[in-house]
Amino acid sequence: MFDLSPQDWTAVALSLRVAAVSTVVALPFGIIVAMLLARGSFWGKSVLDAVVHLPLVLPPVVTGYLLLISLGRKAPLGAFFADHFGIVFSFRWTGAAVACGVMAFPLLVRSIRLSIEAIDRRLEDAASTLGANRAWTFTTVTLPLALPGKMLAFARALGEFGATITFVSNIPGETQTISAAIYSLIQVPGGDADALKLVVISIVICVAALLASEWLAKRATARLHGA
Amino acid sequence: MLAVHVEKTLGEFSMNVAFTSESRATALFGPSGAGKTSLINMIAGLLRPDRGRVEIDGEVLFDSAAQIDMPAWRRRIGYVFQEGRLLPHFTVQHNLEYGRWMGGHKFDPAAFQHVVELLDIGHLLDRRPGKLSGGERQRIAVGRALLMQPRLLLLDEPLASLDTARKRDILPYLERLRDEARMPMIYVSHIATEVKLIASHVVWLDGGRVATMGGIERLDAAQVDMLA
Repeated sequence: MFDLSPQDWTAVALSLRVAAVSTVVALPFGIIVAMLLARGSFWGKSVLDAVVHLPLVLPPVVTGYLLLISLGRKAPLGAFFADHFGIVFSFRWTGAAVACGVMAFPLLVRSIRLSIEAIDRRLEDAASTLGANRAWTFTTVTLPLALPGKMLAFARALGEFGATITFVSNIPGETQTISAAIYSLIQVPGGDADALKLVVISIVICVAALLASEWLAKRATARLHGA
Repeated sequence: MLAVHVEKTLGEFSMNVAFTSESRATALFGPSGAGKTSLINMIAGLLRPDRGRVEIDGEVLFDSAAQIDMPAWRRRIGYVFQEGRLLPHFTVQHNLEYGRWMGGHKFDPAAFQHVVELLDIGHLLDRRPGKLSGGERQRIAVGRALLMQPRLLLLDEPLASLDTARKRDILPYLERLRDEARMPMIYVSHIATEVKLIASHVVWLDGGRVATMGGIERLDAAQVDMLA
């Protein structure tokens, strides 16, 4: 059953890398936006909230297409990244990471925002009487209480398909993630058996990510409520 | 010396309180809803007065006329909250050291040891706050406030969340604290017997105003008046 071809392993490794990089890069932005939505009061807050949730409701192919016309090599933003940072997104794994990060962003923001809203602000007051300014209060109290168990976004990024394949295509070894590899296999007559192996692997990875996320979140809640 | 004059409107409730205190232990006494917690929140910098002035030992912490409002984190005022408010994700040891980290002070083993012995909390250092009893939690909260080397210590009904037996356990620690710690404290309570044990000076609040203030014996006189 598990005699995977080198190409399958490449797809698995690429998926993990893409999901990990996209989550890590999206995290700081997710924290900032979640903080703004949870604590801020400013004009246009509901617009920001709606925009953040767009990738959740738009057809993934639309999101992928929007990425293509904004981050493609000839698009202004894509050219800017290529010229100034040497980062090319189109048809590269980096582009796959962007697509996964954008698709997972609503989940990331939503889960962090809920955690921030659940924090007892009196703990932050206590930290301030102990000499912590706002930045220290945020990094030593708010963040550590809000962050544990935010791996749902990672699992979501792992399964991204539509936006990725639209934006960076399906190139083995570069942009072919597990989902894209499964898609390719089931297009080929007799490929179902090989596809099934990857299906099992993707289920195992996602269930593991969810369990880890739940476990971390539970441990954090238990600490808050005395255990 | 602490000099406070603050005015604040909170919904239907209005406060206008002025007092000065040079005493080592001042009690803020009065029924629930008299504005005691709001008053010390204004001293600590957690609640902004509408108007007024707060001064400690010649340093102005708040002055609405001069537009001075020092943020809470710079005031160096230790605060022991009614419910402890220990940081749940840190161990007891780290809770105790939090103020020192934030102040950027060096570790002082003697001072640390002194507070640990004063409050008898040495056996709790590795635990997390969630695993402590109410009385233990309050002792850690006192220790945490002491170790940030505050110039004033605020204690907001530190015994309120404890049952009678626990209260009797903690009171001796508070008396020792008053006698051994070299800083003035303000002790908030609505229980006269508790206040008489701890404080030498009393500010009696009622309905957001000072009803009476002076030596602790005022408590007896005023109580007699109220009964008559």
